[in-house]
Amino acid sequence: MAQAAAHHSHDHDHGHHDPQELKMLGFWIFLVTDVILFSTLFATFVVLRNSTAGGPGGAELFNMTGVIIETFLLLTSSFTSGLAVLAMNKGSMKGLINWLIVTAILGLGFIGFEVYEFVELVHEGANFGTSAFLSAFFTLVGTHGLHVSLGLVWMIGLMFQLKKRGLTPETKGKVSALSLYWHFLDAVWIFLLTVVYLMGVM
Amino acid sequence: MLDKIKEFASTFFVTGDPMIYGADVSIALATIGIVFVLTYFKKWGWLWKNWLTTVDHKKVGIMYILAAILMLFRGGVDALLMRLQLATPDVTLLHPEHYNQIFTTHGTIMILFMAMPLMFGLFNIAVPLQIGARDVAFPFLNALSFWLFFMGAMLFNLSFVIGGSPDAGWLSYPPLSELQFSPGVGQNFYIWGIQISGIGSLATGINFIVTIIKMRAPGMTWMKMPVFTWSVFSSCVIIIFAFPILTITLALLFLDRFGGGHFFTLDFGGNPMMYINLIWMWGHPEVYIVVIPAFGIYSEVISVFSKKKLFGYKSMVYAMFMIAILSFFTWAHHFFTMGSGADVNAFFAISTMVIAIPTGVKVFNWLFTMYRGKITFKTPMMWAIAFIPNFLIAGLTGVMLSVAPADFQFHNSYFLVAHFHSALIGGVVFGYLAGLYYWWPKMFGFTLPETPGKWAFWFWNIGFYVCFIPQYSLGLMGMTRRLSTYGWDTGWQPLNLVSTVGAFLMGIGFLFQVLQILLGIKNFRKLKDTTGDPWDGHTLEWSIPSPAPEYNFATIPQVEERDDWWAEKDKRAKGIFRKQPPIEAIHMPKNSAIPFIMSVFFFIAGFGFVFGWSFFYIPGLIGVAICMICRSFFSYDGDYYIPADEVKRTEAAIRGSV
Repeated sequence: MAQAAAHHSHDHDHGHHDPQELKMLGFWIFLVTDVILFSTLFATFVVLRNSTAGGPGGAELFNMTGVIIETFLLLTSSFTSGLAVLAMNKGSMKGLINWLIVTAILGLGFIGFEVYEFVELVHEGANFGTSAFLSAFFTLVGTHGLHVSLGLVWMIGLMFQLKKRGLTPETKGKVSALSLYWHFLDAVWIFLLTVVYLMGVM
Repeated sequence: MLDKIKEFASTFFVTGDPMIYGADVSIALATIGIVFVLTYFKKWGWLWKNWLTTVDHKKVGIMYILAAILMLFRGGVDALLMRLQLATPDVTLLHPEHYNQIFTTHGTIMILFMAMPLMFGLFNIAVPLQIGARDVAFPFLNALSFWLFFMGAMLFNLSFVIGGSPDAGWLSYPPLSELQFSPGVGQNFYIWGIQISGIGSLATGINFIVTIIKMRAPGMTWMKMPVFTWSVFSSCVIIIFAFPILTITLALLFLDRFGGGHFFTLDFGGNPMMYINLIWMWGHPEVYIVVIPAFGIYSEVISVFSKKKLFGYKSMVYAMFMIAILSFFTWAHHFFTMGSGADVNAFFAISTMVIAIPTGVKVFNWLFTMYRGKITFKTPMMWAIAFIPNFLIAGLTGVMLSVAPADFQFHNSYFLVAHFHSALIGGVVFGYLAGLYYWWPKMFGFTLPETPGKWAFWFWNIGFYVCFIPQYSLGLMGMTRRLSTYGWDTGWQPLNLVSTVGAFLMGIGFLFQVLQILLGIKNFRKLKDTTGDPWDGHTLEWSIPSPAPEYNFATIPQVEERDDWWAEKDKRAKGIFRKQPPIEAIHMPKNSAIPFIMSVFFFIAGFGFVFGWSFFYIPGLIGVAICMICRSFFSYDGDYYIPADEVKRTEAAIRGSV
């Protein structure tokens, strides 16, 4: 341990690299790939949005009340995840965990409303296979939902790690990455709201 | 009961073709052979400890290369079968369905399971050594990338004997690849084989970008970076922008087939053209992903074997980046004839032609590098020189194809087939072979014998022209691609026969390379590279012993110039020695079994999705999740230190002195 610490002190001279710095850069680039991934889905949706094959379109299907609640939940959760990082930077483990719990609950609420929305749509006969428009809709919105769900799993796992390991450079790095990811999902949702829902009901 | 089992077996296993039974037998024999040899020589532990769980970039690189050569063999046999079928009219060696499967798997394997891994192998071998680093940025992820590629490739190849091969072309265009027209599991194998290995490719792209940005030795500014590393960086930038598109495209096709979606179907508003646009938004950049590193290799090899610095280093770097960017504005030239309209065609025609400019710059740079150089004709250099006329032909015919009105004549003809094989064999394969010969001593500690290498070179090179030049004419005579047979009245027979002879000459070239490797291993002691620098190299990888020790550099070099090692050798000859910093303990990543195990679970999940068997894909996905959680929870003690004394001992042993 002493040896490890001694070696950390002159990182820059001998080609030892700060692993957290590498990981953060890697994570940023990963997010770039995720942007491309969502862009491809957006492009597909935009091309297929009028291909309803005689079935229902966005204007008839979307329940904007639910969507606005979802937006509110997700945007607030993005804010609270920021508060979690602030608490972490102050060295407050309790604040960090508490804000993460609030974030997770808000995220869970978002997922709950989304699942409810999907179930409603299917009940109205608007299935994944009804038309190209609906295939594209469920895939685009569902991929975002899947990302949020994976983020939740990650968040819960990370809370266990924080309890066990405390605030170390590694766990701090993980919290930063998670928070970045969460803000990213928020940004994607803004585009979803605009392109899918607002333009859909217009 | 027995009937049911019989019925299942007849759909599960591919039956009815003697060639397939032959493959079944040879797969079984090879498996038994491998298991026997490993058990007999008690090598299971060695295999597991040194290879399957390794995170060392050099070993990962070697595994990539081995797998790629295996795939080159498989794809090559496919090619020879096709050429046999087309040698003369009315041959019935392959029935049309089988022929479709063979051209599909040939294309897919050669691009995704041969060119890509061979390229990643060379990345792994050379990049950390060229930039003076101890490893890549994320060694664990690197091992995972390899195993994902490997399992994806195995899944794809499994379709040959189980379930049936895909037969909708190497890019699986819908509606042909939709459930309605391809009800079998072949297309599912295609989707999952590529999807699994594609995740690995994307991770490799991220890994090498971070490695190159962050892990260069102190003093190595961007404009002092070796040109091969630059080419890797350009290629990885394309990877991170292009591969997510492929991921989504395949996922959507899978949703159509598996979940009853209507993205690309003919009914319910689906749009097959959407797929074709998407797949080429990945597919065209993909061509540049594989060729740009080859440009990097040519630059290294030509300057080293001309004993000169590379001419126009900066223009070379700009040209590579220019090509990387332009590669994203050319995708529609793959379907000029599909009615996009004159404006769209004009845009894509012009942006395609523009690529000829940076490419031309590079060719002139290579020629000027050789001009007045002291050229030595070792095998790597021969491949590099042979590339130039080949690529000239590929480039010129490429410009011909990019002229949209003319393309209405060339589209889907053998002219096109000849063009892209010129680019991909003459450009990519020649380059990777040059790179393989060039870095071979760094990988294994001995150089390959030159004589069989030269035989291989001439067979390959002559065979290449004999095979593909006639195909340009055949295309202009009206022969289309994907044709399983033709009649005597077409007049295509003589040229097709010549082309087939050429293909077999290349096959003989491959055999000579196998012989070359075997002879190299046999005469290992005589061919041993004791200097670590057999070619009088320019870059840092030649400053350390061959093969490189596991920690690469005992002390991290301080870089002062472009072609730093060459400059340093100059200074040493003048009696000026740099002060070496003291050797210290070295920080290394630990081996891990997780990449291998996780990829096996990916394989199981993929296999389940191919057949729609939830009792396979659910456990597979759970396994993947558990591996990820394990990795996250145990990532805190993933490294160790090699003590300074041990480093000193190792260095003394390989260098013969301290």
